[in-house]
Amino acid sequence: MAVTLAEKPAERIRPLPSGRSGWRRFWNNRTLLLMCVPAIVFFCIFAYLPLPGLYLAFIQYNYTDGIFKSPFVGFNNFKFLVMTGDLWRLTFNTVAYNLAFILLGNVLQIVVAVFLNELRLKWFKKVSQTLMFLPHFISAVLVGLIAYNVLSYDYGLLNTVLKSVGLDPVKAYSNAAIWPFIIVLTYLWQSTGYGSIVYFAAIMGLDHEIVEASEIDGANAFQRIRYIVLPWLKPTFVILLLFSLGGILRGNFGLFFNLVGANNTALYASTDIIETYVFRALMTNFNFSIGSAVSLYQSVFGFIVVLTANWLVKKVSPDNSLF
Amino acid sequence: MEDALESRSVRTDLSGLVVKLVGYVFIGLFALCCTLPFLLVLGTSFTSESAIKLHGFNFWPREFSTFAYKIVFENPSLIVGSYLVTMGITAVGTAVGLFLIAMTGYALQRPDFQYRNGISFFIYFTTLFSGGLVPFYLLITQYLSLKDNYLAVLLPGLLSPFLIIMMKSFVRSIPHAITESAKIDGAGDFTIFIRLILPTTTPALATIGLFIALGYWNEWYNAMLFLSPDMKYRPLQLFLYNVVTKADFIRNSAAASNVPLQDVPLESMKMATAVIATGPVILFYPFVQRYFIKGITVGAVKG
Repeated sequence: MAVTLAEKPAERIRPLPSGRSGWRRFWNNRTLLLMCVPAIVFFCIFAYLPLPGLYLAFIQYNYTDGIFKSPFVGFNNFKFLVMTGDLWRLTFNTVAYNLAFILLGNVLQIVVAVFLNELRLKWFKKVSQTLMFLPHFISAVLVGLIAYNVLSYDYGLLNTVLKSVGLDPVKAYSNAAIWPFIIVLTYLWQSTGYGSIVYFAAIMGLDHEIVEASEIDGANAFQRIRYIVLPWLKPTFVILLLFSLGGILRGNFGLFFNLVGANNTALYASTDIIETYVFRALMTNFNFSIGSAVSLYQSVFGFIVVLTANWLVKKVSPDNSLF
Repeated sequence: MEDALESRSVRTDLSGLVVKLVGYVFIGLFALCCTLPFLLVLGTSFTSESAIKLHGFNFWPREFSTFAYKIVFENPSLIVGSYLVTMGITAVGTAVGLFLIAMTGYALQRPDFQYRNGISFFIYFTTLFSGGLVPFYLLITQYLSLKDNYLAVLLPGLLSPFLIIMMKSFVRSIPHAITESAKIDGAGDFTIFIRLILPTTTPALATIGLFIALGYWNEWYNAMLFLSPDMKYRPLQLFLYNVVTKADFIRNSAAASNVPLQDVPLESMKMATAVIATGPVILFYPFVQRYFIKGITVGAVKG
C-alpha cells in the first residue's frame, strides 16, 4: 500500500510510456483479473465460440462436406425463408405473443400488487402470496402436463365441465384458433404472482405521509389508488416495459414446446415461434443452415430492438439505461 | 358543515370497503386459480385408471388408488436413479456456480478494478447477441463431445449474466471501506473475498444459490437436447418429460413389474411421476420464498 501511495503522485506528473503503463495496469489488477478468468473462459466457450457458427446461415450445410466444404450460397437461405412466408409468420407470432405477455402481464401484476396492498389481514396476504408464487417454481414440463390435465379431449377438466352442462366437448389439441388464448392464459397463470413482487415492493416504497395527507384531505380509496398509487408505479411500469420490449424477438421455448407438444403440426399456424422453428430445423429436419439463418435474423433484429429500447430508457430515465 | 363531514366519511368508508372486498375476492380467486391445477395433478395421481376413464381427471379421487405409485416404486432404481442424478447435478452445479458468480460479481463491483467495465460488457453482451441453438448444439455435441454426458447439463447452467448482475447489486451495498481497510492491513484481493466478502454476503449467496439450484432442479432443456432417450438414469425433469410424452416409456418401465400392458395406469402414472418430481420443490419453497423475493427486487430494476 505504501508503495502505491508513493507512486500515485509520480504518475500524475509524468505518465509512463503507454506500453509500460498498460503492463503495470495489468499487474496491479492481476488478482481481480484472475478472479474473473473462470467467468471469461465460460462465456468464451458457451456464448462466443458458437458465434462463428452463424456462418452456417450462408452455406448449404451437408454432413459429408462439413462446415468448411459445404457450398456457399450467400443470402439464399434468407430468401427461402422470406419466400415461403415462414419468416413473416414466425416474426409475427413471436412478437404478437410477447406483446400480449408484456402488456397483459404488467397490467395484471399491477392489479395484483395494488389489491394486495389494500388487504389488512396479514395471514391472508401471506398465504395468498405464497400460493400465487407457486406456479413460478415448477418446470416447463409440469406446466405442459397441467395444461393437458385441463385440455385433454377424453379426460380433461374443461370437457368434463362442458359435458356436465350439456355442451359439446372441445378438441383443444387440434384447434389452432384457441391456442393464443391458452398460451397467454398459461403465461399469466405462471408469471403474474411472482412478477407482481416488483410492483408490490415499489408500492412499499411509497411515502406514508403522502397517503395520510391525502386521507386528511378527504381522498377516498378509489382516489388514493387513482391519483397516488398508480402514478407512483408509472416509472417502474415504463422501465419494465421497455426492458421487456428489448426481448420481444425472444420466445419462451419451454412454455410453447411443452404446451403444444413436439410434433403437433395442426397447431403450428398459431403457435410456431422462432425458437420452436429452429428446434425443429435442428432436431427433426436436420436443416442446420435454415435454423442458423433464423437465429441470425433473430439476433440481429433483437439487437436493433434492444438498442432502440435502451435509447428510449435513456430518454425516460437515464439512471436506468443499460449502457 | 357537520352533515358534509359525515357524508364524506361515510363515502370514504364505503370506497375503502369496496376496494377491500373486491381485493379479497380477486386475490383469493387468483390464489385459488394458481393452486387448483396442482390439486388436479395430485388428485388424479391417486385415482384409479378406471375412474379416470369414466369421469376424467378430477381434484378429488372418485375411486382412491395408490396403484400408480406402487408401479413407479415397484422398480425403484429408475426413479431413485433420476433423483440421485438431479440431486448430484444440482449440488455440484450450485456449489461451483455460486462460488464463481460470487467471485466474479465481487471483482466486477470493485471500483478500483480497472477492467471492470470491459469485462462487464463482455459478459452482458452475451444476452444481446447469441449464436442460437444450432451452433450451440454443434459445439456441445461435436466440439466438446459431451453428448450423453451429464456435463452437458451441468456446465451450461453454471453462470448466467443475470445472476452475476444480481451479485453485483448485492455487493454494491457493502461499503468499499471494508475492502480498503483490509488492503491497508495487507490482505490480498482473493483473501478479502474469501474472508470478508463471503461471510458478509450470506443472504445474497443464499438468494443466488437458490436461483441456481431451482434452475438445475427444473432443467430439462439441455437434458432433452444432449442426453439420448436410452440413457438409463436421466435427470428428473427429463424422466418426467418422457413419462408424459411417451406412452411406450411408461409401458417399458412398468413391464419390469409384471403388470399386464393393458392394466398399466398410463394417466395416473404421469401424474404420480409429476408429484414425485415436483413435490420436494413445492414443500421446500415456502421456507425460502423470501430469498426469491429479495432476488427479484434487487436485480429487477437496475441491471
